[in-house]
Amino acid sequence: MRAFILRLPPLAAAALAFGLGLVYAVVFMEQESDVAVISLVAFAAVAAFAAGRIGLIRRASLAAGTHPGAVAAMGGCMALALIAVFAEDHFPLLMLATVMLYATAALGLNVQFGYTGVVNFAGAAFFGIGAYTSAELIGKSVLPPVLVLPLGGLIAAVIGLVLVFPVVRTRGHYAAVVTIAFSVLFKTFLEVNDTLGGPQGQSVGPVTLPGWSFADGPVVFGVETSFYLNYALAALLVLGLAFVMVRRLERSWIGLALDAVRLDETASACYGIPIRRAKILAFVAGNLIIGVAGALYGSMLGYVAPTSFTFSDSLILVAIVLLGGMGSPWGTILAAAIVVILPEKLQAIQEYRFLLFSVVVMAILLFRPEGLLPRAVRRYLPVPQNEEAA
Amino acid sequence: MMQTTDAAPAMEAAVPATPGPLLDIEALSKSFGGVRALNDVSFCLGRGEILGLIGPNGSGKTTSFNVLTGLYRPDGGKVLFDGGNITGNAPQAVYRAGIARTFQRSRLCLELSIFDNIMVGNHARLNQGLIFNLFNRKAFRLEVESALEEATALAASFSPFLAERMFAPVGALPMIERRRIEICRALISRPKLLLLDEPSAGMTHEETHQLMDDILAVRDRQGGLSIIIIEHEMGVIERVSDSCVVLNYGEKIAEGSYQDVASDRQVQEAYLGSA
Repeated sequence: MRAFILRLPPLAAAALAFGLGLVYAVVFMEQESDVAVISLVAFAAVAAFAAGRIGLIRRASLAAGTHPGAVAAMGGCMALALIAVFAEDHFPLLMLATVMLYATAALGLNVQFGYTGVVNFAGAAFFGIGAYTSAELIGKSVLPPVLVLPLGGLIAAVIGLVLVFPVVRTRGHYAAVVTIAFSVLFKTFLEVNDTLGGPQGQSVGPVTLPGWSFADGPVVFGVETSFYLNYALAALLVLGLAFVMVRRLERSWIGLALDAVRLDETASACYGIPIRRAKILAFVAGNLIIGVAGALYGSMLGYVAPTSFTFSDSLILVAIVLLGGMGSPWGTILAAAIVVILPEKLQAIQEYRFLLFSVVVMAILLFRPEGLLPRAVRRYLPVPQNEEAA
Repeated sequence: MMQTTDAAPAMEAAVPATPGPLLDIEALSKSFGGVRALNDVSFCLGRGEILGLIGPNGSGKTTSFNVLTGLYRPDGGKVLFDGGNITGNAPQAVYRAGIARTFQRSRLCLELSIFDNIMVGNHARLNQGLIFNLFNRKAFRLEVESALEEATALAASFSPFLAERMFAPVGALPMIERRRIEICRALISRPKLLLLDEPSAGMTHEETHQLMDDILAVRDRQGGLSIIIIEHEMGVIERVSDSCVVLNYGEKIAEGSYQDVASDRQVQEAYLGSA
């Protein structure tokens, strides 16, 4: 088996990995009973271990270096296939879209935390700012709803500027405390603010394009699909955009400067890197991405309330980044899928999910600090084919 | 933007912008609480010269580097560099003026590749524009290719071993290779002045001499590069330095050629203790 894998071209190995992942995801999403879900989780753990042992994961990740575009396209196709399989079912589509939007938000957090080392424990607050922007503007203003989505990101980034000064001036624990305070204040602010709906929250209108409302499921080849299909596709588009931009950022001189700032501020300063500017850029860009994801999320749920954007939700976003691997976009998406879907499928752990996630985060930090899919060494350009074996 | 040079590391001979010494330090002082780490220290460095900065532990050598590069703000005195006053400038501005340094304890980004670490030192010459980096990937590609060529050639002049694995993480390399990378990082931006803080720390006698040969070779190619070197290994100082400055308890106690300062009574006392 190992010999077969090693002879497989990396691109084929990647296709095989995505194919197996797709089949597994379809089977997993259709399970209802706790026993079946737990057995499948156990199976996944064993299968992932085996895939590591026979070299499939290594081989597939080579392809991510030599053919980054093709591998990203495969990922997109896998998501499209999943969406198509569940096109008529509300719940699986809602879950898929949620995974993709959480993954997008976690990618934003990755820019701040994974690359630049700027901690942000207020991720859910910026997600919420995006969602509340949708609530206030979609259908209630003259702005076309599609424009509200980027605006949600913009407003999150601008409000984030309030935090820039303390976050950039302080380090480590102090920056963490500042963002935790913001996270807690944000929820309290929403609860006492009647124009924003108070503790009950408010409803959010659907995204609409000319002649196309996201509130109705489109009829495709005579099949009436779920209205969540619109949101799942839009979420995939948003995730794809964020993924491409984050990758480009990482594989650029700016990405290098962000890494240098995280790893050694003194050396960075001595080599001309403007530390404050780098941190501000990362913080603002990250919040922008988180806000856009939040704006779409709010419209998809059709309802926003302060309890959806608490400090605990911020911790979930941080957990996704840590679980996937700091600075690893593929890892972030995988971790988002695990963290979002598992509690939904396993009703038994729903109550204890925060406890469970804290245990998982501690385990990761102790035993596998580089995360599930560790970040690869930066290659600015696709790796030449003849170098792949090295 | 990268300059489009033909042969990658063919260093242009620096033409003096202004006459006079490259670096002129006047009465520099720095205290930490009650400790006077630097007290009224003055010295000059001519273009193309190598100056050895020596003295016992805690005599203010590294502090003077830290003040020079803007990590510490001096309490008094002036630093004139290449005709401009850089006293109290931020580290970033000092680097842009043309001063690059290495650190006593290696400060490389261990999880980044050799190429990444060298490119950190090239910050001023790489296009940092957001639009360029994110959207103009074709032009970015060209810049990466020429930067890689240049960095590989520079690394090869120190060690073919490094040049062969530009995308290997630095953390896995032995100490001497890390030192070489640090020096490449300092040299890639073609500084006018290179500050070497104890390049021999953690290396064998042999390795140190090899490293110094490499540095001298680079200096010969890059006409006009001046160097200040902090070093405990006196053999190195004797071999490479044009002149020496000796510090003790933050004060300059001697200055001159290596032979002069080595035979100075005060210097001998500082090193051996007054008998």
